[in-house]
Amino acid sequence: MTRLQLKPNNWSGTHRDFIVNTSANFLAAVSVGYVALLFLVAFVAEQAARSGHARWLRSPLVYTLSLSVYCTAWTFYGAVGFAVRSGLEYLTIYIGPTLVVIGYWWILRRMVRVARAQKITSIADLISSRFGKSNTLAVMITLMAVAGTTPYIALQLQSVTLSFEAFSSAGVVDGPNDPGHSNATAFWVAMALALFTVLFGTRNLDVNERHHGVVMAIAFEAVVKLLALLAIGIFVVWGLAGGVPEVLARIETSEINSWEVIPSRWAGLIFLSAAAFLTLPRMFQVLIVEIDDERHLRFASWAFPLYVMLISLFVVPIAVVGLESLPAGTNPDLYVLSLPLAHGQTSLATLSFLGGFSSATSMVIVASIALSTMVSNHIVMPIWLRFTGGGATVSGDVRHVVLLSRRLSILGVVLLGYAYYRISGGGAALAAIGLVSFAGVSQFLPPLLGGLFWRGATRSGAISGLTVGFAIWLWCMFLPSFGPDAVIPAEVFVHGPWGIGFLRPQAMFGFTGLDPLVHAVFWSVGLNTLVFTLVSLLSFPSPLERLQGAQFVNVFEHSSRGQRWQGSAAQSEDLMVMAQRILGPSEAQALFLRAAQGQGIEGYLPEPTPDFLNHLERELSGSVGAATAHAMVGQIVGGAAVSVDDLIAVADEAAQIMEYSNQLEAKSEELARTARALGEANEKLTQLSVQKDTFLSQISHELRTPMTSIRAFAEILRDETDVSGEEQSKMSAIIHSESLRLTRLLDDLLDLSVFENGQVNLNVQRGLLADVLDQAVTASGSGGKLAILRKPEREQVMLTTDLDRLAQVFINLISNAQKYCDAARPVLRIEVRHVAGKVQIDFVDNGSGIALASQGLVFEKFVRLDGQSESGAGLGLAICREVVTRLGGAISYLPGQGGAAFRVSLPEADKSI
Amino acid sequence: MSKTVLLIEDEPNIIEAISFLLSRDGWSVHTHSNGLTALDAVAERQPDLIVLDVMLPGRSGYEILKDIRRARDTEQTPVLMLTARGQMKDRELALEAGANTFMTKPFANAEMLDAVRALAGA
Repeated sequence: MTRLQLKPNNWSGTHRDFIVNTSANFLAAVSVGYVALLFLVAFVAEQAARSGHARWLRSPLVYTLSLSVYCTAWTFYGAVGFAVRSGLEYLTIYIGPTLVVIGYWWILRRMVRVARAQKITSIADLISSRFGKSNTLAVMITLMAVAGTTPYIALQLQSVTLSFEAFSSAGVVDGPNDPGHSNATAFWVAMALALFTVLFGTRNLDVNERHHGVVMAIAFEAVVKLLALLAIGIFVVWGLAGGVPEVLARIETSEINSWEVIPSRWAGLIFLSAAAFLTLPRMFQVLIVEIDDERHLRFASWAFPLYVMLISLFVVPIAVVGLESLPAGTNPDLYVLSLPLAHGQTSLATLSFLGGFSSATSMVIVASIALSTMVSNHIVMPIWLRFTGGGATVSGDVRHVVLLSRRLSILGVVLLGYAYYRISGGGAALAAIGLVSFAGVSQFLPPLLGGLFWRGATRSGAISGLTVGFAIWLWCMFLPSFGPDAVIPAEVFVHGPWGIGFLRPQAMFGFTGLDPLVHAVFWSVGLNTLVFTLVSLLSFPSPLERLQGAQFVNVFEHSSRGQRWQGSAAQSEDLMVMAQRILGPSEAQALFLRAAQGQGIEGYLPEPTPDFLNHLERELSGSVGAATAHAMVGQIVGGAAVSVDDLIAVADEAAQIMEYSNQLEAKSEELARTARALGEANEKLTQLSVQKDTFLSQISHELRTPMTSIRAFAEILRDETDVSGEEQSKMSAIIHSESLRLTRLLDDLLDLSVFENGQVNLNVQRGLLADVLDQAVTASGSGGKLAILRKPEREQVMLTTDLDRLAQVFINLISNAQKYCDAARPVLRIEVRHVAGKVQIDFVDNGSGIALASQGLVFEKFVRLDGQSESGAGLGLAICREVVTRLGGAISYLPGQGGAAFRVSLPEADKSI
Repeated sequence: MSKTVLLIEDEPNIIEAISFLLSRDGWSVHTHSNGLTALDAVAERQPDLIVLDVMLPGRSGYEILKDIRRARDTEQTPVLMLTARGQMKDRELALEAGANTFMTKPFANAEMLDAVRALAGA
């Protein structure tokens, strides 16, 4: 394990003289000068990138060099120390990434393609995007990444401070341990790095998060690192050892050679470094986000291993020579610094110092950019948007908010690292932090690879796996890394928490005898993977997850190779054609003309500046919806693949439009229904009007007929003198009877009108049905030959009703039989029976009855049936129906009874009355 | 020999009144009260004048009149139509069917006699 120690080394007096001469001011000046140089490099690169003629910026070499951000101060200083302590094991840290880069075809290429297609900005973005844009997942990963990276940043700050001190205060006994001094150094370094990162890391807010200036500076630093290590290596091999054969001979005899290889540790470390290479936020930034062209991977697949090989080439010689020539107890982590110093090579030592400084600064810069993007995108912005309720469009004010939140996040991340450095005091806790950090971010590997290769992976699986993995990592690795009794009591290491041996941090589930590192990685990543797989199998993905899953796993079918972002390659003509199609020619032309004039350009084709594009998008979104407009403009301007997100948003809009048209359709259907109802009402009115006409005409007829006889005979009696007395009395009788008929008719009319208007007052009494029938038979007069058959014993029914009205109904029915029964010996049977709480009174005569076709009409007003004499009001049955209905009963014609048959049914009287 | 009139009407009291009036005016009055068999009565009696009610049981006066006009031996027989419905529509229907005169009930006796005399003289 690497170990950076605060204790300065005891160097011999001859070197002390030199060191005293090397003032702290000098080193500070070198550092400041170096940072200034970095500024310059980054600035020039930015300018070149902006002017657009700097192909070299996008060269695969720059990309490959930027990958060296993997080699931090930990590897720069620590590799030698690692070799001193564990022999060749330090190589594992390089073998893992080398394998990943060589096998770029399987994983890296896929990640780059997915990230491009989905506009991915960070590892948190990638994983959350895969699992249905889950913000929960994004926040989890962001927090874990911050937790895993903060100590790492602290480590970089510490290494810079340490090298500062080793350099400037080697001869001064008291000075180096002054904590205020080293804290100040670390603080100013942190501030300078934060400033640099803010300046070049948040320069622009590209959709694709490219930082040409930063990448160029990192590449530059990669060269400095390499040159520094190579220079020291050459110095050691040829300057100190005296050539290659001598070095090899020394290695033969060195104790380094005696270290044996532990296969499980080798495998574990190779796996860990490979996993970290893929999942470390800063590596993701340079590997995936900053890549300009997918084809760079091919170059890097051999160039990066070469770089790593060169940088590790002299590790063993330096370690061997350092071990031999430097005093015992010298910190092997600082051999690269102390070896040249010990031999008076000031400039070489300065170069070495710069190499370490480069390693530290590049790591801090890239890591803080990567983390700030995650923190800002997944934590700060969602909160800000929620509280301001602003729309999720990046334009105008929101742009400033995003930039501000990025900048604050960078500052926050760097300060967090500094705070960690202060709190931990740079003690033993930091020693193992490199690998601890690796293991922490390695927890992202299962959801990353699962998401890329397995469509069945689900959000729940990813969250559960991450939670389990992270928890085990905390328990087995992170907390123990502070040492026994620092966080976890030593007791727990031996007996487990609460005496549960099962959960001992370095012997989980009873597995003892494993190397603590291998143990922790095995359990955390293993259980993470297991839980991730099981939960994924058991849970169901949401539709968005399914879609995204397909997009990720089948990314090579969905995206074309090597799409480039060319903001300036937009074709105004294409935009014009599209705008005309959507807005109509005149409006589109007016829009383009205004924009062109605004830019001072003649004609209809303005430059496709971001402002113009935003404006155009807004205009278009008024017609086709925001998502569609964005996708359309994006396709022309960016040549960008339309993302699933875009498509889903487009589908949403289409659904809304469809719903709207459905509503319209429903409305028009409703209108049609209303129109139909109105038509029906109108028809009914027309019918009513026809009925009214018919009724009036019938009334007229019914009134005029008796009037005719009355008038004729009245005139005869008035005018003629020679009418006999017998004739006179006959005529008077006719006049009299017709007058009665007229009166009866008028009474009926009044009755009917009263009933129909519901103004009737019922005079409810209790009485026997037999009495009512007696009354009716008497009233209708036994005149005529109609015989009435009754069964008085069945008529003893008590009724509670309007007895007079009921009698009226019976009279009507009896007189109907009297008038219309055409049998030779007419008979009317009146029968009473009880059915289901009702009294039924049937009036059946023995005539020819009513023709089937007319049976439905008998209760209508003035219906005159075929074969009936015209006399009679024609209102009788209509009145009967009204009366019986008012009394709560019903009247109906009974077909098939031989003669005319009517049934009156009435509710039986309540027995309690 | 007195002229014959066929009165086709279903109201007994109206039959009584008209019969009385026309008999006093010298007509030989025959009556018939069923719409269905009215044509047979016309064919049998071959009256000089027909007084026809519109609303008859079985068949309407308009239909009967149309058939009267179709029959060769009665096509020229003068017809006085009576109706208890006094609307313009009824008058038009009557004249269209071939009535010579149309009267609404109730009528003045003098009017009735004038109309009958006029038809008889024509």
